[in-house]
Amino acid sequence: MIRVVLPAHLRALARVDGELKLAVEGPVTQRSILDALEARYPMLRGTIRDHATGRRRAFVRFFACAEDLSHESPDSLLPEAVASGAEPFLIVAAIAGG
Amino acid sequence: MSKVRVLAGTRKGAFVLESDAKREHWDVSGPHFGGWEIYHIKGSPADPNRLYASQSSSWSGQVIQRSNDGGKTWEAVDNKFVYQGVPGTHQWYDGTPHPWEFKRVWHLEPSLTDPDTVYAGVEDAAIFRSTDGAKTWEELPGLREHGSGPHWQPGAGGMCLHTIVLDPSDPDRMFIAISAAGAFRTDDGAKTWRPINRGLHSGFLPEPTAEVGHCVHHMAMHPSRPGVLFMQKHWDVMRTDDAGDSWQEISGNLPTDFGFVIDVHAHEPETIYVVPIKSDSEHYPPDGKLRVYRSRTGGNDWEALTRGLPQSDCYVNVLRDAMAVDSLDSCGVYFGTTGGQVYASSDAGDHWAPIVRDLPAVLSVEVQTLA
Repeated sequence: MIRVVLPAHLRALARVDGELKLAVEGPVTQRSILDALEARYPMLRGTIRDHATGRRRAFVRFFACAEDLSHESPDSLLPEAVASGAEPFLIVAAIAGG
Repeated sequence: MSKVRVLAGTRKGAFVLESDAKREHWDVSGPHFGGWEIYHIKGSPADPNRLYASQSSSWSGQVIQRSNDGGKTWEAVDNKFVYQGVPGTHQWYDGTPHPWEFKRVWHLEPSLTDPDTVYAGVEDAAIFRSTDGAKTWEELPGLREHGSGPHWQPGAGGMCLHTIVLDPSDPDRMFIAISAAGAFRTDDGAKTWRPINRGLHSGFLPEPTAEVGHCVHHMAMHPSRPGVLFMQKHWDVMRTDDAGDSWQEISGNLPTDFGFVIDVHAHEPETIYVVPIKSDSEHYPPDGKLRVYRSRTGGNDWEALTRGLPQSDCYVNVLRDAMAVDSLDSCGVYFGTTGGQVYASSDAGDHWAPIVRDLPAVLSVEVQTLA
């Protein structure tokens, strides 16, 4: 199972506590994780990646294994530690705003 | 016994306030969706337990929430607002072409007759409609595709469609307003639109009486006279008696005719309310006195309503969707401020009191009168 950590405001929107565990079919990439996440929690559609373009929203970043993966291709394989569930995939909101 | 429900959208969540018909004691619930900007919440006239809320943030974009029990519980519904076709460009602040990009929903206007039908006014300016209780949205592209679209420019708050007024006598007619394009009307169920800005004068435009480009802040109608509209423009308070074909200024003796809100008394179609704001750079009341101005003559002759409102050192703003009226007898008037107060008058504006005073900045206020 893939472990996913959402920022607090998206946990509230999805009505979940703590870390999520998702089953992901096929290669484990940003896209496959987000597809599985949005399928299970449809209220998150459009909040992490833009509806029209599919691109990551500007104030959202993806981290795993202490690396910023935000600028990697959405179809690049994620680290094995994420695929095995040893490390979580972190969806992080920018610390900004009022 | 009748009840009143006030729906307040704020910079950091939504609040639902309820009172009996005396409107003296208020139960406050919220914040709903804490931390998110709630640009607008509105109830269906056909089913007052059906509410729609626009929830958004710079981080996570747009969410639409729906309640079927008057705001006790909510469910996130569809938030996919995608322009039809290739949306083209409008003008950017510097006059260069800029692609149409969806940013947020400013205003939700439920149908007068069907709880599952609701219109959404969005930034960048366009109108969307759902006919399935916000499970899906479709753009009504005739407005954005009006030939003047490439010349529309954003106001300081963005190029937003912020006002939707439905004609209760004609389901094919509606009025909308865009900052800073102006007012438009459809007579054929949103297939085609015409600008209705004749009579508006905007000194900041190269051609002050241009067909489009006016910064309309808000419009209001009394349902018994759908051909009469009142408008608070960037500067100037205006009225039309011919459904927008021509406008006349009715600023009269107002201390300043800049402002955002305008509304009409529930039972007196010629009684209207505005909150004058000092200027477009000084977004606070003149002289530090928060005054609602009422005209009982459809404009031009205005009286200041001050009882219960702060009359010194008050520098809040009242934003365009932050005034509403109930339909009790006597008419209640409500408005919210950027300082977090929601003020109410249960006697048509003669006396005011805050029904809540320490909310986040208030973005919108709507009222439901419940049987």
